[in-house]
Amino acid sequence: MSIRHHLSDPMLIAYAAGNLPEAFSLVVATHVSMCDTCRAQLATFEAVGGAVLAAESAALSDGALEAAMARLGAPEPALAMPKPKHTDLPAPLLDYIGGSLADVKWRSLGMGVRQAILPTSKGATARLLYIPAGQAVPDHGHRGTELTLVLQGAFCDATDRFGPGDVEVATEELEHTPVASSDGACICLAATDAPLRFNALIPRLLQPLFRI
Amino acid sequence: MDKNVIETVTETDFTALMLAVRDRQDKAAFAALFQHFAPRVKGFLMKSGTDAALAEDCAQDVMTVLWNKAALFDPARASVATWVFTIARNRRIDVARKARRPEPEALDWGPDSEPDQADIYEAGQETARLVAAMADLPDKQRVLIQRAFYGDLSHSEIAAETGLPLGTIKSRIRLALDRLRQSMS
Repeated sequence: MSIRHHLSDPMLIAYAAGNLPEAFSLVVATHVSMCDTCRAQLATFEAVGGAVLAAESAALSDGALEAAMARLGAPEPALAMPKPKHTDLPAPLLDYIGGSLADVKWRSLGMGVRQAILPTSKGATARLLYIPAGQAVPDHGHRGTELTLVLQGAFCDATDRFGPGDVEVATEELEHTPVASSDGACICLAATDAPLRFNALIPRLLQPLFRI
Repeated sequence: MDKNVIETVTETDFTALMLAVRDRQDKAAFAALFQHFAPRVKGFLMKSGTDAALAEDCAQDVMTVLWNKAALFDPARASVATWVFTIARNRRIDVARKARRPEPEALDWGPDSEPDQADIYEAGQETARLVAAMADLPDKQRVLIQRAFYGDLSHSEIAAETGLPLGTIKSRIRLALDRLRQSMS
């Protein structure tokens, strides 16, 4: 898999710091599972976290060490890495869908476009999007940040082409109309921290219904 | 930053202590790691907005996890400080009950992958090198990095912040980055 579009440093730093909404963490963890470059960058930022931790300290109360020693039991044995089940999904996403992309319970958004909202805590929304070959997702802008990770197929917008494993980090400035590649349906994992802003009237009316 | 807390003990020593815990359940090695890292975990959590009593409880929990999950420590991938940081971060998320944090798929390193001694040395040095690099930064830049890792800055605040010295930081751990890329290829 040749991934050309990566996570931004701020996104990886916020993930390393444990300070992203769950929906964004899901996209980051899924992309990192597919992308060795971002895995290495993440390790770099976790090392920075290690240095931040190493440089400050606060005195413990008396007896802290004795209390800790008294708690030591038998350590957990090293478990063999569980082999991933036969699936087309990276592990983080598997926990949210169970099974494979074929098991997703889609809801129609019209024009053949379908979505499935994934259960995450509030603050941001994660969903899978199914876009038929050649079909456009309605023109939309963003109030917040939108992360879109391609799981299958490809889409193009005004900025570039995004294939499997590619992630687009879209901010408020980007008004775009993603169009699925003509050679097959495109399935994406997308997360937003604010409702999308559609430019046509009808999708805007439907927005509360579909939570997009 | 209080430069007094930068210890003369090298990171490599911590790696050796951690391996003694991992491979031999060495309690004396654990005690030495506790005395170095538990106050740092407490300090880190207090800077992240946790009150002193809860931060101390969490520091105990983090060090217990270090003992219980020692089998997961891989000296070629991270220094002990980095590993402790990830445990402390996860504990902070649990305590805040804010959200789950999905983790990336674990890499399969294969049953026979014996870590390279040079990789272990490099990973062990990485924290000391970064602490030194951060101590050299102008206060304003250092504070920004600290705030990002204490969880004070959202991703959009980090993105909007032009004063983050990411180039400086990354150049200090370029070796680590190359090492990881090699291990994964």
